[in-house]
Amino acid sequence: MQETDTHLAIHVEDLVVGFGRHIVIDRLSLDVRRGEILGLVGASGGGKSVLMRTVIGLIERNSGKIEVMGSDIGLTPGRRTRDVAAKWGVLFQQGALFSSLTALQNVEFPLRENATLSDELMTEIASAKLEMVGLAPEDGAKFPSELSGGMTKRVALARALALDPAIVFLDEPTSGLDPIAAGDFDTLIKTLQKTLGLTVFMVTHDLASLNTVCDRVAALADGKIVTIGPMSELLRSEHPWVKAYFHGKRSLMLQPKAI
Amino acid sequence: MSAPLLIASASGDELELRPTGSWTVVNAATLEQLSASIAPQLARARSVTVNMSGVRELDMLGAWLIERLSRHLASGGQRAHIVGAAEDYIDLIEELRQVNRRRNPDPTERNSIADRLEMLGRAALAAVLDLSAFLQMLGAICLAAVGVLRRPRSFRLTSLVYQIYRVGWQALPIVVLITFLIGAIIAQQGIFHFRKFGAEAYVVDMVGILVLRELGVLIVAIMVAGRSGSAYTAELGSMKMREEIDALSTMGLDPVDVLILPRVVALIVALPILAFVGAVAALYGGGLVAWFYGRMSPVTFIARLHEAISVTHFEVGIIKAPFMALVIGIVACSEGLRVKGSAESLGKQTTTSVVKSIFLVIVLDGLFAVFFASIGM
Repeated sequence: MQETDTHLAIHVEDLVVGFGRHIVIDRLSLDVRRGEILGLVGASGGGKSVLMRTVIGLIERNSGKIEVMGSDIGLTPGRRTRDVAAKWGVLFQQGALFSSLTALQNVEFPLRENATLSDELMTEIASAKLEMVGLAPEDGAKFPSELSGGMTKRVALARALALDPAIVFLDEPTSGLDPIAAGDFDTLIKTLQKTLGLTVFMVTHDLASLNTVCDRVAALADGKIVTIGPMSELLRSEHPWVKAYFHGKRSLMLQPKAI
Repeated sequence: MSAPLLIASASGDELELRPTGSWTVVNAATLEQLSASIAPQLARARSVTVNMSGVRELDMLGAWLIERLSRHLASGGQRAHIVGAAEDYIDLIEELRQVNRRRNPDPTERNSIADRLEMLGRAALAAVLDLSAFLQMLGAICLAAVGVLRRPRSFRLTSLVYQIYRVGWQALPIVVLITFLIGAIIAQQGIFHFRKFGAEAYVVDMVGILVLRELGVLIVAIMVAGRSGSAYTAELGSMKMREEIDALSTMGLDPVDVLILPRVVALIVALPILAFVGAVAALYGGGLVAWFYGRMSPVTFIARLHEAISVTHFEVGIIKAPFMALVIGIVACSEGLRVKGSAESLGKQTTTSVVKSIFLVIVLDGLFAVFFASIGM
């Protein structure tokens, strides 16, 4: 890779992750540039979530090097990983909101733990975040069990953004949303990425979001990144799995229509 | 990352503010102080210019503080001009212009007496609902049991055997240990205090009657409520949360038939057995203490026990066991089905299940005492 390190948000080199004798990620290298939206695609059970969870330090790796915003992530989840944790926000697939806290308190939580703020300012910031992700002020008082799927994802995104991280990791942000809500969510991610200057690392199966919001798409197959580049490049890829993925029946909408 | 500063320079009515450095959440405490410290100068100025050219980093927190400043000024009829902001930051500031405009509706004032009354009413209603839920579950279980009697093949034998293994067999060690200790403690206390009257021999009567009639079954029932009742509630509750129970219903299966009946029947089968084993362990413990602490030989102990207790005492204890099991099972299962979406509700319902079933077991024991006394058992 010719890019200098200061332009890289995430730098993964020769990463190996396995469970027992089953190797999921096999000598994988991946660079995510600062300020881009990178989509990661791969077969179900092919290690996309494992890759994401390894980068954020939830899964131990066998070997390899991971750098996030220029600082090394330790081999075992520990202090150093926790220090870097302030630099990222994570949106889990099911939202992972704390069910005993209201939506607003969920967003306030990382602020309360990691920053010194007055209660008043904290509430203002948290409700500003909720409003930026498109929720009404009265939704802040609701508990996670009272929120719909789309709202849960929005609150989870607001919580991921609470500390104004430089990178957000999104695990299937649009799964379980209807196309309209998914489209809105895509737009939201794009807008936030622009205004806040975020780097977004997104695991997704949603072909529409890959097409509309992602600057680059990486395809994970056989434990390696087989192709990475803008969508148009992936569509031209000759790799059999990538070809099957983007040229299957469900992907026909991506193809230019023959008249 | 440079420390943030806020330089204020006034000329006449004009105030120029120059924020510099990193206006990010990392410096939150400093930033909040800075913004608060310029309040008196703001009050004096008529027009305020915010020159953003010195800001190295800006995130939502910093942008919001500046927006808050300009809103504060606007509310006092002053105007703030923001100049020199980098292009990236303008978008962010513009975005924040929109937010927090609508105030949350203030909570309406509440009347404390009316509140108390409302709470009382709700609690009474909850008690009635509890009772009706209990009766409903009892009815559903009876109905399911009748259905099984009519078509015995529909009964889930595998599930029953597995549940008996869990609540009966696996509970044996702890039940034996605890009842053994209880029997030993009762005997020791009895010997210690009866010795003053020279009535040590009557310890055997006390241990025998107490353990067989009351304590054996009660202790075992309380332990089963804590051990197996809570497990039932948590299991059914998490199945409810993950829509497994709904899935069963959509397949035309009644969750009561499939999940609840085998569990309750398993308890009804296991609890008398556990109570029996527990009573034996308690007598054993009492005998050992009488031997080593009270110097009463096992032969004497057994002979006295033979005189002191009759089958009636044993019957009184063991008849109660299946009823207690039914109560524990009903409470555990109906609380499990009341779990709602959150993890907190699962915990709450599990606690309620244990507390309620222990309470009901003791109440039931009292009712039985009255009943047996009146029929002379």
